[in-house]
Amino acid sequence: MKKNIKFISLLLSLIIVFIILLKGLNVSKDYSNEKLNSKIDFSFKVKKLFNDEVINIEDLFNQEDLSVVNIWASWCVPCKDEHPNLMQLKDMNIKVVGINYKDNPKNAKNFLNLLGNPYSEIITDKDGTKSIEFGAIGVPETIVINGKTKSIIKKFIGPLSNENIIEIKSLINEKT
Amino acid sequence: MKKPKFINLILIFILIFKTSYANELNSQVDQITKNLRCLICQGQSVYDSQSDFAISMKTVVKNKLDEGKEEKEIYEYLKNKYGEWIVYEPELNQNTFLLWLIPLILFIFGGLLITRKVSIK
Repeated sequence: MKKNIKFISLLLSLIIVFIILLKGLNVSKDYSNEKLNSKIDFSFKVKKLFNDEVINIEDLFNQEDLSVVNIWASWCVPCKDEHPNLMQLKDMNIKVVGINYKDNPKNAKNFLNLLGNPYSEIITDKDGTKSIEFGAIGVPETIVINGKTKSIIKKFIGPLSNENIIEIKSLINEKT
Repeated sequence: MKKPKFINLILIFILIFKTSYANELNSQVDQITKNLRCLICQGQSVYDSQSDFAISMKTVVKNKLDEGKEEKEIYEYLKNKYGEWIVYEPELNQNTFLLWLIPLILFIFGGLLITRKVSIK
């Protein structure tokens, strides 16, 4: 009898552990925040790269429509790779707000003089805290924001590919 | 001109107050960042990491504490940006209740087994 109880309790606990592990197999292991629909607090101030003017971040974004934000730096090699794709967005008349991440303003300006400026406005982020407001983890990163709901609707971590450009274009066309 | 003694005393008090505030703030930043996962490093907390992301995160936590935000509010703010994954200690909810309950059940079960064995002897 005692042996039976021991055996049954061992079997039961094994079954429980098995079920838990089996359930765990189906849980998504994707911990990236790419699909996270997070809200942005638009109440902070930022400094423009070219004229040092301090403005409210809210003024940079379309309150009724989608906006595109790109986080970049002159020292970041993948940013150079995605630059022609950002220029493509400019040619399509899509406004992109640039956030210059932990960069030397002089180097940033040289970078744009050399490769072209795809941004409608550029703000500086000397200590990386502004990028955290946008839920970024590094450079380059591109974020599509819904100005009406003040939330992030799409995030592209890493350099933008041609497919990403098409996706951004269709997202914006869908809305307008 | 000689400075009156009480001015020196006030200055010393201000200095002591400022240093103790800075120390308290730093220890609070350390405590919070130890519970935050560095999303671009492997197996490191924000406190341990020296990556650009972790350094910025430490500044954000410090700024939020300076603004008078509570520890819980800072976690909520970061969870909104990065998801629950950013915090090491998972909160008790529908998805995590087993995680919290199983050790407790095992502890009680084990305790009962031990007491039963001891009483039999």
